[in-house]
Amino acid sequence: MTPTAGYSDPRALAALIAKLREVTCGLDRKLTFMEVCGTHTHSVAKAGLRRMMPPAVRLISGPGCPVCVTPVDYLDRALALAVLPDTIVCTFGDLMRVPSSGASLEQARAEGAQVEVVYSPRDALELARRRAEARVVFLAVGFETTAPTIAGALAEAEADRVTNFFLLPGNKTMPQVMRVLVDDQELEVHGFLLPGHVSVITGWRMFSFLADEFGIPGVVTGFTPTDVAQGVLALARQAADGHATIANQYGRVVTAEGNPQARRLVDRFFEPADSAWRGFGVVPGSGLGLKPEWAHRDASLISVELPAPREPVGCRCGEVLRGVVDPPECPLFASGCDPELPVGACMVSSEGTCSAWYRHERWAGAGA
Amino acid sequence: MKPLQRVLLAHGGGGRLTRQLVEELFLPALENPFLATLTDGALLPELPPGRPALTTDAFVVDPPVFAGGDLGYLSICGTVNDLAMVGARPLYLTWALVLEEGAEGALVATCTEGAARAAAEAGVAVVAGDTKVGPRGKGDRLFAVTAGLGVAPPGRDLRDDRIRPGDVVIASGPLGDHGATVMAHRHGLDAPHLASDCRPLSGLVEALCDSGAAVHSLHDPTRGGAVAICHEVAGRSGLRVRLVETDLPIRPEVATVCDLLGLEALSLACEGRLLAWVDGGHAELAVAAMQAHPDGVEAAVVGRMEELPAGAPPVLLETAVGGERPLDLLSGHELPRIC
Repeated sequence: MTPTAGYSDPRALAALIAKLREVTCGLDRKLTFMEVCGTHTHSVAKAGLRRMMPPAVRLISGPGCPVCVTPVDYLDRALALAVLPDTIVCTFGDLMRVPSSGASLEQARAEGAQVEVVYSPRDALELARRRAEARVVFLAVGFETTAPTIAGALAEAEADRVTNFFLLPGNKTMPQVMRVLVDDQELEVHGFLLPGHVSVITGWRMFSFLADEFGIPGVVTGFTPTDVAQGVLALARQAADGHATIANQYGRVVTAEGNPQARRLVDRFFEPADSAWRGFGVVPGSGLGLKPEWAHRDASLISVELPAPREPVGCRCGEVLRGVVDPPECPLFASGCDPELPVGACMVSSEGTCSAWYRHERWAGAGA
Repeated sequence: MKPLQRVLLAHGGGGRLTRQLVEELFLPALENPFLATLTDGALLPELPPGRPALTTDAFVVDPPVFAGGDLGYLSICGTVNDLAMVGARPLYLTWALVLEEGAEGALVATCTEGAARAAAEAGVAVVAGDTKVGPRGKGDRLFAVTAGLGVAPPGRDLRDDRIRPGDVVIASGPLGDHGATVMAHRHGLDAPHLASDCRPLSGLVEALCDSGAAVHSLHDPTRGGAVAICHEVAGRSGLRVRLVETDLPIRPEVATVCDLLGLEALSLACEGRLLAWVDGGHAELAVAAMQAHPDGVEAAVVGRMEELPAGAPPVLLETAVGGERPLDLLSGHELPRIC
């Protein structure tokens, strides 16, 4: 038994879905709930949950996949660094195949650029220790969840004076972009499945503004199928009753205040910065930049020549990320853009919305 | 003889050192009368009746030694299994090593012993071999290349186009053990209970075919795992494979490694498991025959074949929670996720 096996009980799930049917059957409108976490996208697709939902419930994905929201110019800079002499770029695996204005990191590596896939920023730090003659640049992407481990690697690099360890800051934070989302007139969302992993660090109270200022309910939700179904049911009940509060379904690991120790570590190195999101443009205060005293770790200050950023023609990733269109509505989906040769970033990572649809749901409606 | 310390270019040069390597390491380990003649070609006796089957394979594994096997053991098992999956009884193999200058002698010895052990388990003879050495930095310690010859007995006919709707899919044991073991090792994960499933399957195939069950087709889910094989079978049979998640034997350790590394267990390679397509009415007979063999004790029905509706996904998984999802082929190789 894996530790979460108890949360994947089919009978429990069937009971939850029956209740969900009950709650939504009398409604005269469709309820749209958005998740904003790539792991939710992935687990909904993996369990086949979307098609188990009652007809009145629509689940959509927002900007929760860190790879997908990373803008083209960030990748252009990463590529430019990777071809510098004595410079090694370290990255989480799913950035490898994302197209930039030119090649992807994977293509650049095949042509001789020094790019290493790592599982954690600490792996990059270890590489920096082993390769003292080279500059090791870690591509710091991800949300509040990955920021503490990145800060931890920085703290270790400072303590041990590993001077050749750098970051290309690209971390993003959730609240500001969610404000942009709920302000979006095109988008109709009746509730948010809030990201469980992010909330472990930030605490669920961070999302209170959704209910308090915008009257939109939210439920911090875990990642097993029954977790997600419980989250959806809680949202449906609130939406049906016209309530809006922030609830915490993932109480086994998430508290109101989160993990202050992890946040202190992040605050030591990072400060809020304006950040560009694919599909949203620059959102003020929505990223994490290195504080000025850590400029000696900041690879964005290394001078490189950059091409003019070029977004792929015809790609609707931006609208997919804002939840305005489902992937099949993009003209490139499965005809010109697939996981083999992705055009847009959403087709790359298995938690990318387009990739998850391609792999798990592109037959929907064809009598699966 | 002094045990081999490091591989030198001269070990592949055809001179004294090559001969020493052959006579002192390969010959004693792989001992058989065909190899002992030291001719480049092996002259074999007449083959038993049936259709001859021929295969070739190349092996590049990082790490070359892993829990449950090594590159030598794996290379013989893989070749034997390729023959067994077409219904052939494996008889004779060739085994060539491409070594990197500076590779550790102990590694070459371990892999040679592994190859000998696999050949003994499968009852095959390694009848010819070759050694080449490439310069340091131009290889990865050692690669193995094989060929295999076997004979499918008269009347045995395993083909995907014999698969019918209603056939069951039987797995001979837990899936993904080999792939998870190698991936865990590569990423420095401590997984003491994981070991490769690597083994020759020729004995199990004989037991299954002798059981009287109508066996239509066999496949070993190596690269690309069960998902890739099911796609091949669906493509060739024109039918749909429906797998049932709760019936799929996947060890908790394998599931955990997959969770940690963001991998799909059903796409991980096995090197000692087979998937059998058997007439639905003979499912119990076939499973019992496999379970009675030491290499199939955990055999279980994991799915069934059905007509493929137009436009529908060819491989479908009934998820543990009662949903359905298409199983898609991997794109490129699997990339680990950020979180």
